[in-house]
Amino acid sequence: MLPAKLRRDNDHVSSPPPPTESILITEHLTRSVGDRAIVNDVSVQVRAGEVLGVVGPSGSGKSSFLRLLNRLDEPTSGTVLFRGFDYRQIAPRELRRQIGMVTQRAFLFAGTISENLNFGPRQRGETLSSPRCEQLLARVGLTGYAERDVANLSGGEAQRVSIARALANSPAVLLLDEPTSALDEDAKGEVEALLREIIRDRNLTCVIVTHDMAQAARFAGRLLLLEGGRVRKLGTVQEVLHA
Amino acid sequence: MLKGFFHNQVALGLAQAGAAAMAAFIVVLLARRRDIHLESEAAVAMVRGLVQIIAVGAVLVLLLRGPRWTGGFVLAAMIVAAGATSARRAKGIPGAFRVSAYAIACGAGSVIALMTWLGVLDSAITALVPVGSMLIANAMNTNGLALNRFRADVLAHAGEVETALALGAGPRESVAPYVQSSFEASLIPAVDSLRSLGIVWIPGLMAGMLLSGANPTYAAMYQFVTLAMIFAASGLTSLVSTMLVRTQAFTASEQLLLRPAEAGNKKR
Repeated sequence: MLPAKLRRDNDHVSSPPPPTESILITEHLTRSVGDRAIVNDVSVQVRAGEVLGVVGPSGSGKSSFLRLLNRLDEPTSGTVLFRGFDYRQIAPRELRRQIGMVTQRAFLFAGTISENLNFGPRQRGETLSSPRCEQLLARVGLTGYAERDVANLSGGEAQRVSIARALANSPAVLLLDEPTSALDEDAKGEVEALLREIIRDRNLTCVIVTHDMAQAARFAGRLLLLEGGRVRKLGTVQEVLHA
Repeated sequence: MLKGFFHNQVALGLAQAGAAAMAAFIVVLLARRRDIHLESEAAVAMVRGLVQIIAVGAVLVLLLRGPRWTGGFVLAAMIVAAGATSARRAKGIPGAFRVSAYAIACGAGSVIALMTWLGVLDSAITALVPVGSMLIANAMNTNGLALNRFRADVLAHAGEVETALALGAGPRESVAPYVQSSFEASLIPAVDSLRSLGIVWIPGLMAGMLLSGANPTYAAMYQFVTLAMIFAASGLTSLVSTMLVRTQAFTASEQLLLRPAEAGNKKR
C-alpha cells in the first residue's frame, strides 16, 4: 500500500511495491520535443545514500534528464519509480518536496533569507522555528543572516541560501543541476566543498549534473555518461572516465 | 469649410473621410522619405476600416430598430469578438479565448446587467448598445493588457516559477507575484482615465450630451457614471481573467507550459 503521505486522493494501488534498495529507478525514460528525443530510453537505478553523477557534452540531455526526475517535465514514455512506486501515483507537490532541487542559478524570491527558507514548509502550512532556521543557515555558513534581504547577497551566498532552502524541505533525494557553474572560482570551491560535506554528513541520495568531469569524480560514486540523450556509459568513475 | 460645400450628410461624411485619409497619406509620405514603407499596408487598412465601419453601421441601424432583446444579442456577439481579439495577446497560453470570453462576460456583462437593472443604464437598445459596447471595449483592452503582462512576466521569470514548483508549491502560489503585477498593470489606463477626467480630456459622450442640449451638470455626472462603470467592468474582467489564467499556464501535473524555449507550444 502506498504510504499515506505519498498517496494522492482516489489513488488505489493494488499490488505492493517490488522489494528494492534503490530509492530512484528510471525505466526506459524518454522525453521528446517535436521529433527529437532529448532523453532517450534511459534506465538507471540510484541506491539510497548514493551520489550519481550525470555527465556528457553540452546538449546531451543531462539537465533534461534531471528535470524528469522530479517531474518538472513529463516523460513521453517510460517512468520513474520513487521508493518503488511509479511517481505518477504521487501528487506532484509531495514528490517535489521529497526530491529537492538546486539549480545553476539560485532564483531566490524577493524578501528576506528567512522567508526564502520558509517557502517550502509554508506550502504545507508549516513554519520553520527560529532555531531550525538558524541551524540551516549555520549549516551553509550563513549564521546570523536570517533577516537579511536577498537583494544584497553575493552569488556564492545566494547559492548557499538556495541549498538551505532545498534542505528546509528535508528531501530524501537532492538533485543538483550544475550547482557551481554560475559562480566565480572562489565561490565555486566553497560551495562545492559545502555540498560534499552536507551530502556526506546527511548520507543524502544525490544526482548531480555537471559538465566538469573532475567535479563529477569528486562528488559521485558512479557516473552516467549521456550522449544525444542516450546512455553512453554507466559505471564507476574509473569505468566511465578511464575506460 | 467642408460644410459649406456639402449639404448631404453622406457626401459630407465621405469628404471628411477623404480629408482625414489625406492626413494619414502625408504621414505615409513622410515615413517613405525615411525609407519606411507603409504605403500598401496603410492603404489596405484604411479602405478595410472604412468598409468595415460602414457595414457595421448599416447592420446596427437595422438592429437598433429591432426589439429590446436584440440589444442583448448584439452585446453577446461583441463579447465573443472581444474575447477573440483579446486572446491574441496571450500567445502560448492554452484556452486564452475561453479565459478572455469568460472574463469579459463576467466583467462587462455583469456590470451592464446590474446597471440596467438599477436603471443607471437605459434598457432602450439605442442607449444600451453604445454604452455597453464602451464597457466591453474597455474590458477587452484591460483583459488584453492583463494576459500580455502575465505571459511576459511568467516567461521572464520561468526560473523562479519552476523553483517554486520544485519546492513543493502549486501553480497558484508559483505565479502569485505575476498575477498581482498583471492585475495592477492592466488597470493603469482605467485609473488614469478617472484621474485625468476633465483636466486632460473631455470624453466624447459628455461632449455629445452638451451638444444635444443636456444640462451640463447632468452631462458631467453621467460621464463620471460611465467612467466608473468602465472601471468596474475592467477591474472585474481583470480579476476574473488573472484568476482563470494562472492555472492555464500549467499542465494537469503542475508543469510550467510557458517557458522561453517552449513559448508558443500549446501542448507538451
